[in-house]
Amino acid sequence: MIVANRKPLEEILGMLKPYKKVLLLGCNECVTVCATGGEREVGVLASEVRLSRAKEGQEIEIKEQTIERQCDHEYIDQVRPFVGEYEVILSMACGAGIQYVAEKYRTKPVLPAVNTTFLGVTLEQGVWSERCQGCGTCLLDQTGGICPIARCAKSLLNGPCGGSSNGKCEVDKELDCGWQLIIDRLKELNQLDKYEEIIPIKDWTSARDGGPRKRIREDLKL
Amino acid sequence: MRLNYPTNVKVVKVPCTGRVDILLILKAFESGVDGVYLAGCLEGECHFLRGNLRAKKRVQYVKALLDEVGLGGGRVEMYNMSSAQGQRFAEVAREMTEKIRALGPSPVKKKVK
Amino acid sequence: MKTKSNIEKILESGGFVVTSECGPPRGADPEVIRKKGNLLKGVVDAVNVTDNQTSVVRMSSLSACLILKEMGFDPILQMVCRDRNRIAIQSDLLGAAALGINNILCLSGDHQKFGDHPKAKNVFDMDSIQLINTVRTMRDEGKFLGGEELKGKPMLFIGAAENPFADPFEIRAARLGKKVRAGVEFIQTQCIYNVERFERWMEMVRERGLHERCAILAGVTPFKSVGMARYMKNSVPGMDVPEELIERMKGVAKEKQSEEGIKICVETIERLRGVAGVRGVHIMAIEWEEKVVEIAKAAGFLPRPQL
Repeated sequence: MIVANRKPLEEILGMLKPYKKVLLLGCNECVTVCATGGEREVGVLASEVRLSRAKEGQEIEIKEQTIERQCDHEYIDQVRPFVGEYEVILSMACGAGIQYVAEKYRTKPVLPAVNTTFLGVTLEQGVWSERCQGCGTCLLDQTGGICPIARCAKSLLNGPCGGSSNGKCEVDKELDCGWQLIIDRLKELNQLDKYEEIIPIKDWTSARDGGPRKRIREDLKL
Repeated sequence: MRLNYPTNVKVVKVPCTGRVDILLILKAFESGVDGVYLAGCLEGECHFLRGNLRAKKRVQYVKALLDEVGLGGGRVEMYNMSSAQGQRFAEVAREMTEKIRALGPSPVKKKVK
Repeated sequence: MKTKSNIEKILESGGFVVTSECGPPRGADPEVIRKKGNLLKGVVDAVNVTDNQTSVVRMSSLSACLILKEMGFDPILQMVCRDRNRIAIQSDLLGAAALGINNILCLSGDHQKFGDHPKAKNVFDMDSIQLINTVRTMRDEGKFLGGEELKGKPMLFIGAAENPFADPFEIRAARLGKKVRAGVEFIQTQCIYNVERFERWMEMVRERGLHERCAILAGVTPFKSVGMARYMKNSVPGMDVPEELIERMKGVAKEKQSEEGIKICVETIERLRGVAGVRGVHIMAIEWEEKVVEIAKAAGFLPRPQL
């Protein structure tokens, strides 16, 4: 899923300063799974904001609404009937969702309540870890199913570097060295001969470097 | 046991402190209370296995939230006792009352609309 | 001989190579480099110039190389993949060759978090193995990475680094194999304190015949003090300092510690000379360049051959 972190309360309160009527929009997909912007988190943030404002002797009206997801028209349209009653939309979805809401409600300022970070997985309840950077040319078949772009701090295609120590990355003692993981997995798969192959320099045009990307399926377009 | 405990303590019964989530505690403060405490089973003896451990974590989390909001994390606490410990229950009620009295009334005294 | 490199010349004549290194200053003053150079005159066959080592901004390696070249040295341009994409890299390779630099050391580069600009974006458009391949492609095929011909091949002698003590140990020789296949011609290792472990690595290297396809220069660094020895043991990733060396340094009075450190260094060099496949030594005396001549003399390296 797309993983995000909620912005610090102080920052959110700062963004909300000029406003008294806020539509707080949560999302039922990725940000729910990483416990950042789902229904519960919407409830907690709304409560925090109300308490903060009350402490200052000020009021704020917050409508709490969690829609299925904010990256599809049909769901965003569901708030159309009442969006006009609010001065601003504070969205807890990922960056894609926040932007799409802004595109649909052009005359309403849309504020980000979260910092969107990475594509990742749930390691255990409460812990999410990065796995993919969306480089556009997946080579997981060559590296035992472990991505050197996302899991190596230097995105080396022919790692590890000289800073790998006890299976940990030089950047952080708690961080697994991506290439140690790859080598261990290749051993388990009896594919260590794959390590002998030099992976050639990457074509980054399919990644962010090539410019904003689009995917089209002509057969689905009406 | 018919022991006395301060009248300002309002008891909300739940099947397990694990039932109490973050929002419930925040809503209590929104309603104008000055303090909230959870009384759960002794650690390792939760009837529902780990409910009291979940509650402990949530109380710690809410403490940080309350600090951020400006109410102060000292207004929420987690206590553990067995259902047979009547004395302890009264003791905790008094202890928490004193603690909150020292902190003063919640700055959000009026009920939040 | 492919290039005008002094290292290549000495290796071809069967000699033992001695190199050292210079760190450029954190400022624009060329005198700092000249001073360091003066300490190394006649002591080394070639001298490395580091490239924003540990991600700390310093005068560029290429410019410091030129200053040293003007003093009569054969500099080794260190180039990391952290800060430049393939366009800048190929451009700098052409520039280095144009300025008469004959050697390059291809490195991945320390992560920017270690330096003075941890907020910087990192590049890593390619890794060290792909960089080795880039230099070879430009030099031997006369082509850019995109496939087009270039006019005026950069005649650079290609080097890289290897750390016999980094994990995982079992693939370190395989990784060296990849570098050799990519085109590397000489290797400088991370500084060696655990000679036994180095010998085990060399065994794996010799098994693959790599010692004949590239020249391995063993790295050494003298301890200035027991504090430095401990720091290297505990705080530098990929470093193996045996406890007995710490004990040796501890067992000597404070004023005598630097002398002991030099002694250990010279002894290490002696042992390394005896390891089959070692074709030279790379003396790294960071911010202690004045000791390199002392070490070289004690190890019997002086005078250097003037071929």
